[in-house]
Amino acid sequence: MAANATMNAEPFVRELLGRRDYAIIGDIIQPGAKVLDLGCGDGELLAWLAANKRIDARGVEISGPLVQRAIARGVSVFQSDIEEALSDYPDGVFDYIILSQTLQETRAPLKILREMLRVGRHGVVAFPNFAHWTVRLSHLLTGRSPQTKLFPHDWYDSPNIHFLTVTDFEHLGIQEQWTIERRIFLAGQRHVHLLPNLMAEVAVFLLRK
Amino acid sequence: MISETQTVQFSSIALECGVTLTPVEVTYETYGELNAAKNNAILIVHAFSGDAHAAGISKDTGQTGWWDNMIGPGKAFDTDKYFILSSNVLGGCRGSTGPSSINPETGCPYAMDFPVITIGDMVRLQKMLVDHLGIPRLLAVAGGSMGGMQVLEWAVAYPDRVAAAIPIATTARHSAQQIAFNEVGRQAIMADPDWCGGNYYGKTRPARGLAVARMVGHITYMSDDSMREKFGRRLRGKNEFGFDFSVDFEVESYLRYRGSQFVDRFDANSYLYITKAMDYFDLTAGHASLGAALEVAKARFLVISFSSDWLYPSYQSLETVRALRSRNRDVAYCELPSNYGHDAFLADVAEETDLIRGFLASTYRSLS
Repeated sequence: MAANATMNAEPFVRELLGRRDYAIIGDIIQPGAKVLDLGCGDGELLAWLAANKRIDARGVEISGPLVQRAIARGVSVFQSDIEEALSDYPDGVFDYIILSQTLQETRAPLKILREMLRVGRHGVVAFPNFAHWTVRLSHLLTGRSPQTKLFPHDWYDSPNIHFLTVTDFEHLGIQEQWTIERRIFLAGQRHVHLLPNLMAEVAVFLLRK
Repeated sequence: MISETQTVQFSSIALECGVTLTPVEVTYETYGELNAAKNNAILIVHAFSGDAHAAGISKDTGQTGWWDNMIGPGKAFDTDKYFILSSNVLGGCRGSTGPSSINPETGCPYAMDFPVITIGDMVRLQKMLVDHLGIPRLLAVAGGSMGGMQVLEWAVAYPDRVAAAIPIATTARHSAQQIAFNEVGRQAIMADPDWCGGNYYGKTRPARGLAVARMVGHITYMSDDSMREKFGRRLRGKNEFGFDFSVDFEVESYLRYRGSQFVDRFDANSYLYITKAMDYFDLTAGHASLGAALEVAKARFLVISFSSDWLYPSYQSLETVRALRSRNRDVAYCELPSNYGHDAFLADVAEETDLIRGFLASTYRSLS
């Protein structure tokens, strides 16, 4: 897989890809594209894409200290709520809008997804799969809110407020009549091809309106 | 770093009010070296009471520049990498032509015969200086407060001449509150009997009025927190109230000191003209929206505001940021946490330095 090739490229990249969906996203984005990363943190992915794919990189992040680090590394990031950030933009000004591991933390996920596909030609959405077998097992056996490697938080301090699964997202895609251009399912460093809703820890969707 | 002030004279400048000023002088300082490609020049534009002496130790006065903590070798505006240019604004009293300059028609200071100037006029004079120095395109224009207004004006007036714009703690249009504070300052000056309709040159200057104006200004530059921290209710040189109207509190002493100090270095008529220029500033004038006004801008933007700045609050910076986004312009924005109020852009520079250094480096890389 091209994604694996990317992951083996250099130590820095591999370290960066501790969030393993980064490698996949790097593989999806075409060189030279205009990219907006929603919830971009300290701009690591954008800086890497700018250096390696020569993209025109922009980012949105709500945390002040993270915005500072992103700007200090030379990435154009502005401090804002994701929803408000998107509402200002005209239609179709980005080639890709990335929402990586953030969808489950947003207050109005559907509104954000619709806005993404208005402002961007493609959306790249990566999220942890709440139907992974470890999550199901944790819930079933303990009778408590699932706590797994993917969802390590106690219920009261979790940043996740909307839990979704691979199947949930597929259903939403049908309901909203989106075209799903690519689906990539991961468990650890491996790609999952069979029973993704049960076996995938992380799902990455490339979609358009 | 020893810095030296230079002055250049131009035959004339046409002003927005319709008057042509003949001749016009601009005072400036430079730090660092212009490279062979002439693409490493950064223009620093000063705030209301600033001057061309932004960095280093002045050869003439021995004083340190007003943004010396930001400009110099290894600092945010790194003079080892960049060529820094700083000039005194039109209408000022620190070398560039202003109301205290000699009117060639009368041989006397202009005083109130000086034409009313605008932020646009200040920027036009800076552009003449940049042309004079043979700089085809500035790497960046940067400044805080009134300096930030000039930065925004540069980005729309000369979009092809600016690669990056760094407006700090500023606004695209003066608000009613900002105009109100300026008007209090102006009225304090004009109410001083020594003001004499502006014709006080060679006589007693309106020191009391100008000092009161400055005291008001200083209150707006600080924050409730920073004043509580700096002064609290501490008494000045006494343990009990004086039960009179001499100085009781530290804060009174501080404001009086700042006011009297200002009188020695600033011209009261310049105060009137420059505050008027700020009040007239409105980037949206003649446009349907701020976004429409900023549509012509081509620069990358780094917009910075400070959490405790209530004179130029963050919402004003955000207006600019959102307008730029509405036109899909490249804009980075951060509100930095600080207790210093509006003064933060001069005082609280550690984080400001990180932002500006990274932003300039990536802009410079993209040009080379």
